[in-house]
Amino acid sequence: MNGASQIAAVVRKDVHSELRNRYAINALGMFVLTTVATVLFALRSESPGPAPLAGMYWVVVFFSAMSGLARVFVSEEERGTSLTLQLTTSPGVLFAGKLLVNIALTLLLTTAVTVLYVIAFPTFELKTPEIFVLTVLLGSVGFAASATILAAIIAKANSRGTLYPVLAFPIMIPLLMTVMSATERALSGAPFGEAIGDLQVLAGYCLIMIAGSFLLFDHVWTE
Amino acid sequence: MRPMKLTLTGVQKRFNRRTIFQKIEIEIRGPGSLAVVGRNGSGKSTLAKIVAGVLSPTSGSVQLELDGAVIPRVERYRHLGFVSSYLTLYDEFTAAENVSLLEAMRSGITPLPAAVDALLAAMGLEARRNDRVGTFSSGMKQRVKYAVALVHRPPLLILDEPTANLDFDGISLVKRVTARQKSEGLLLVATNDPQEANWCDDRIELGKE
Repeated sequence: MNGASQIAAVVRKDVHSELRNRYAINALGMFVLTTVATVLFALRSESPGPAPLAGMYWVVVFFSAMSGLARVFVSEEERGTSLTLQLTTSPGVLFAGKLLVNIALTLLLTTAVTVLYVIAFPTFELKTPEIFVLTVLLGSVGFAASATILAAIIAKANSRGTLYPVLAFPIMIPLLMTVMSATERALSGAPFGEAIGDLQVLAGYCLIMIAGSFLLFDHVWTE
Repeated sequence: MRPMKLTLTGVQKRFNRRTIFQKIEIEIRGPGSLAVVGRNGSGKSTLAKIVAGVLSPTSGSVQLELDGAVIPRVERYRHLGFVSSYLTLYDEFTAAENVSLLEAMRSGITPLPAAVDALLAAMGLEARRNDRVGTFSSGMKQRVKYAVALVHRPPLLILDEPTANLDFDGISLVKRVTARQKSEGLLLVATNDPQEANWCDDRIELGKE
């Protein structure tokens, strides 16, 4: 009960901070608008099929996430509040709170990208919406989980801007391949049963990333 | 008063190949106090962080016992307050919000506004409770740090250069805080200042091993 309240306090702190600073939301928003507009202008009147659309969707999500999700720990390190956090909460509570914040940010991001793609691309039709919704939910959790632990790892590094996507890409390859496959099925109108394998992989990825991150975080966070 | 004890056994800290200090042996039984003194670079702040549990010793152990039970390192933050000039607050939050939010993260319980107000008033900040900490002077920020450190009445209070950035009134305030803490709990003061060291009943000097 206490732990849940502490985690809620971490989330509350980050949400209040973000509402006052708007660093992550502005960065994510501008990145999404810019990339979707660029893709739209590049394609002009072409109508891409489900496979390229699925790829373009998750490319935008991946790079937008890279630009915004690391802030949960990088911003604490940059302004010197990491020590304050170490003195006021346990590593497990802190990681859980930061993970929830990143899950919320990623869901906001995927919702925005989905809306923009539906508007911008007539062929972006959610023919099997249940596959799409589950893919986006699990994919968002997977992105958030890997992004959060990587953010904690690179927060103290010097060249964190370059290091973050370099470390993130190999870890996220299984996730990217699976979400693109499942999204393609959703856009093609494949029956739900065909996506079960992909969804199981996504669920497994999320479980492994979250469990591994919790085990690793104490060693990353405490000197 | 609840039984409490802080014990350091054979504590050593090395950064790469440089030994900061070694074979540190400390025992403070509550109520009690200890000043950690030494020249610049002798490791006073490092020792303070090791006691607080935010830094691991290279070897040796630190134990905080309350009511006869050893508090695990990962839980030590619940039972201590820490004040130093290098601690940073959240500039975008007000003084009251910093105290409330940080305590909620520590204990899971948001303190009552009246309790926060009383604490900030005791720190001389009642008129600025709703102002963002980013607009505060360094001395005012130090006072907010005391409020954050004391809101949960910690058994162990660690002060690193306790009167840094404080004016005469602030120094008197800290003197009252230390007097109360050492009569009710455990107090550890890391300092270069002989006057601050004299607030404690005992002292250890680093850099003389």
